[in-house]
Amino acid sequence: MATENPPRGELCSIPALLERNARRHGASPAYREKEFGIWQEWTWIAAAEEIRAMALGFLALGLERGDYLAVIGRNRPMHYWAMVAAQMCGAIPVPLYQDANAEEMAFVLEHCGARFVVCGDQEQVDKVIEVQEHVHCIEQVMYTDKRGMRKYDHTHLNWLHDVQAEGRAAHQRLETELDARIAELGYDHICVMLYTSGTTGKPKGVVLSNRNIIETARHSSEFDHLTHTDDVLAYLPMAWVGDFIFSIGQAYWTGFCVNCPESPDTMMTDLREIGPTYYFAPPRIFETQLTSVMIRMEDAGKLKKRLFDHYMALARRVGPEILDGRPVSGMDRLRYMLGDILIYGPLKNTLGFSRVRVGYTAGEAIGPEIFDFYRSLGINLKQLYGQTEASVFITQQPDGEVRSDTVGVPSPGVEVKIGENGEVYYRSPGTFVEYYKNPESTAETKDPEGWVATGDAGFFEEGTGHLRIIDRAKDVGKMADGSLFAPKYIENKLKFYPDILEAVVFGAGREMCTAFINIDLSAVGNWAERNNIAYASYQELSQHPRVIETIQAHVEEVNRSVAEDAMLSGCQVHRFLVLHKELDADDGELTRTRKVRRKIIEQKYADLIVALYDGSKTIHTETEVTYEDGRKGRIAATLDIRDAAVSTPRHSRMAAE
Amino acid sequence: MTTIGAPVSTGTEKAAGGWITADGRTIGEIMMEMRNITLRFGGVTAIEDISFDIRKGEIRAIIGPNGAGKSSMLNVISGFYVPQEGEILFHGAQRPPMRPYEVARQGIARTFQNIALFKGMSTLDNIMTGRMTLMRTGMASQALWWGKAQAEESAHREAVEKIIDFLEIQTIRKTPVGRLPYGLQKRVELGRALAAEPKLLLLDEPMAGMNVEEKEDMSRFILDVNDEFGTTIALIEHDMGVVMDLSDRVVVMDYGKKIGDGTPDEVRNNKEVIDAYLGVAHD
Repeated sequence: MATENPPRGELCSIPALLERNARRHGASPAYREKEFGIWQEWTWIAAAEEIRAMALGFLALGLERGDYLAVIGRNRPMHYWAMVAAQMCGAIPVPLYQDANAEEMAFVLEHCGARFVVCGDQEQVDKVIEVQEHVHCIEQVMYTDKRGMRKYDHTHLNWLHDVQAEGRAAHQRLETELDARIAELGYDHICVMLYTSGTTGKPKGVVLSNRNIIETARHSSEFDHLTHTDDVLAYLPMAWVGDFIFSIGQAYWTGFCVNCPESPDTMMTDLREIGPTYYFAPPRIFETQLTSVMIRMEDAGKLKKRLFDHYMALARRVGPEILDGRPVSGMDRLRYMLGDILIYGPLKNTLGFSRVRVGYTAGEAIGPEIFDFYRSLGINLKQLYGQTEASVFITQQPDGEVRSDTVGVPSPGVEVKIGENGEVYYRSPGTFVEYYKNPESTAETKDPEGWVATGDAGFFEEGTGHLRIIDRAKDVGKMADGSLFAPKYIENKLKFYPDILEAVVFGAGREMCTAFINIDLSAVGNWAERNNIAYASYQELSQHPRVIETIQAHVEEVNRSVAEDAMLSGCQVHRFLVLHKELDADDGELTRTRKVRRKIIEQKYADLIVALYDGSKTIHTETEVTYEDGRKGRIAATLDIRDAAVSTPRHSRMAAE
Repeated sequence: MTTIGAPVSTGTEKAAGGWITADGRTIGEIMMEMRNITLRFGGVTAIEDISFDIRKGEIRAIIGPNGAGKSSMLNVISGFYVPQEGEILFHGAQRPPMRPYEVARQGIARTFQNIALFKGMSTLDNIMTGRMTLMRTGMASQALWWGKAQAEESAHREAVEKIIDFLEIQTIRKTPVGRLPYGLQKRVELGRALAAEPKLLLLDEPMAGMNVEEKEDMSRFILDVNDEFGTTIALIEHDMGVVMDLSDRVVVMDYGKKIGDGTPDEVRNNKEVIDAYLGVAHD
C-alpha cells in the first residue's frame, strides 16, 4: 500500500483524491446513472472534468471560501459533483434530507447560513422559495431537473448544466483562482457538514474534517479490501453520513464506481441490473426483501415451494458454516452446490446480490432469522455500529466472526470503552470536529481527551471481545420495583415479526410494561387478502379482531423469550394496543431515519398510555395527522386494549422452589 | 430581501390573434374550427348545429351532463364520426371527411374513455405503438431489424423513454399493462397518445374512475404536457373542479346543443349552464 501511494500529505482532500483517481483509474467508471432506460457512465476522467466545470461555474456565481452550499435531492451524480465542486472552491457542502418539510429545511438553511442551494427538482425549488419568507441568507439557487422550471424567475436561479457551461466558458479567467483554492485544502479543512436527524430536539450540524473522512475511508476500505473494481448502489439519503462515507469517502479513496438508480421506485430493478459488490442497507430493506420473497413463495407452485423449503432448510444448516469457512461434510457441500444452482443462485440474482462481496447492515438491530436467511444464501452480510459523529465506523464485524446479536469489534483506529453507567464511549481519527454553532452540545458529547459519548448502553462480550448494544443509555431505566427497563430490547424483539412494523414500549418507573404496536400494512394486508378479510383502511385493518389476536400471540411469545433473560425479565409486556395510524416522520413521531421519538409519542398519545394503565378495555381517541403536502387533518378511532399473558421467569421459579 | 425564482406572473393580456394567460402561456391563433356541426344517428340527433373553435396552445374543455353529446363531439374531431352537416377547418383549411388514421397523421391523437390498451403488452411496447404513424421503414425490414430499421427503432425508443421519464412510469416500463392499476393504465394511455407527438391531443374523460390523488397526478401531467410540449389539448370531463382548474376555455353542451362557451368564470355564472347542471325540467 505504502509503495503504491504518494506521500499522504498530498491526498488530504476529496478534490486531491479526485485528481489522483483521474490519473490512476482514468478509464474505469466513476459514476453510472440510469436515465431514459439506459445506464449512462462517466469515467474518472469525465467525472473530474464535469466537477471542475461545475466548480468554475460556482466561482463565476461568486461562491466564496467558507460558504455553505446546501444540496437537496435524490442520489444523482450531479449532486455528488456539486458537493465536491463546492469543496474545490473552499466551500462546505451540506446535504439535506430531501423529504424534509419546509419548516425543517428552513431551520437547517438558516442555521448554516447557506448562500447557495442546489435542488434536485421543482419540488425542492418550491420548498426553498417557500422558506425564503423566513430565511434570507440564500443568494443563488440551482437545480438539476429542468422539468416545470421554465416559468420561474431566473434572476438568481440556474440550471446546473448552465452553471457548468458558464464554468467551461470562463475557465481561462477562473482557473488560476480555482487551482489556488484546491491547493489550499488540508487535513483540517471542513469536508462536509451533516445534520443529525436528532431523536431529541433540533438537528445539530456535525462538522467533519477532511482528516475524519479520509482516515475513516482509508481504514474501512482496507478492512474490507475494497478496490477500484467494486460497485456500490447509492440509494440511501445523501444527508446521511453513511452515504457520504460510502459514495464519496470510500469511493474516492479506492476509486470504485457509484451507481445511481433511475428513480427511488426503481431501486430494486436497478439493484438487480447493477449487482453491486459492496452493499449497505438498513435492516428494514433486508426485511422488506425477505417478506416479498416469502409472499411470492406462498403463491408459487407445489414443486417450486417444496424445492425452496428443502434447500432453504439445508442452507440454514450449513450455509453460514460454509461462508465462514468452517468444516462441513463433503456430502453437505455437494448438496449445497446443487442448491446453489437450483435455488440460491437464481434467488440471489433476483434480489440483486449475485456479486455482493461485502454487505453491511446497521442503524437498528436486525432480526436473527432475517440475518441468517441472507448469510445462509452465501451473502457475506455483516453488522456495524456507528454514528454521524464518528464518521460512521465505531465497531464492525470481521469476516468469519459474524453473529446477529453483536455489532463486532472496534474498527481499525478506533478505541472503545464502556463508562461506569454502561454507556459506550469511543475515540478515533473519524471523531467529529464539533457541532456547528453549538459549543454546549459539543462539550456535552466530546470530552477534552476526545472521547465521545454514544448515548448507547452496551457491554463487551467475554471471550469474543464483541460489543453488544442493549439500548439508548437514557432510555435504559428502572421500573417501580427496581428491575432494569430496556424498551428498545423488547421493541426489537417485537419488530422481528413481519406483521409488526414498529413498537413502542413504556414502563420506566411503573409497575409493569405496556406497548403500542404498529402493524406492517404490506405483510398484514397480504395475509388479510389470502384469508379473505375485507378492510377499507389501515385503521380498520389494524383493529380487526383477528389481527389483534395474531399480534397478541406475538407479544406473548416475546414475553416467554424475555422471561428467559435474568436481567430483563421484568420487561414483559402486560398490556398492549394496536395503533390506528402508522407512526410517521411527518408527524414528528419518527426521525427522518425512522427512529422512534419516545418523548413526542408519550405526549401525543398520553390518553392512550393512561388507558393502558387504568385497566380499560377500549379507548376512544382523536389524533392529528400531517399529510405529505403539509396539510393537517384529524382521525378518530376506538382502540381495543388487550392483556397479554406473561411468563414467570425461570430463575424466580427456581428461587421459589 | 431578494426573492429567488418565484414564478413569473404577467396577467392576462390580449396579444395579436391570441393572448397570454395568467400563468404566462401563449394562446395562439385558431387551430381548429367547428362550423355548424350536426350529427345524427338515424332519427336521433346527437349534435345539433354546434360551432366552436380550438386555439393553438390552449386547454379546451367540453363539458355537459350525461348524454349531452360530448363524446360524439370528440369523435367528430378525431374523424371517427362524419357529421351530416357542417364543416371542420383545420389550420384554416377545410377538412374533407377522413378516416381516423388520416386524422392521426395530421397530428391529432386521443385517449379513450374506456381504456383501449393492448393488455398483454408491456408499457414500453404500448407507448411504442403510438409512434406507428411516425415510422417510415417497411414491415419487412422492421421484422428483420435490418438496415434503416435499426436506427429508426433506436430513435423511436429514445422518444418513448423521454415520455416514460416525463410521466414518471419507469417502474412499470416492462410490466404488462393488464396487470397495472386503473390510474396507471390511464397514464400509459396518455403516454401512447403523446408518443405520436400530436399537435392536438384529445382526452376523453381522463379522470373518470380515479381517486383524488390520481386526479391530482393526472391534472399535473395534463398541465405539464401543455406547458412543456406546447400541445393543444381538448378534453371531456365530468369532474367540474378539475375542468375549472385546468382549462382556459370551456364549451358546455346539453342535449346535443351548445349552451355556453367561454372562460371557466364566465361559464360558471351562465344561467343556462347552472340550470343544466342543477337539473331544471326540460319542456
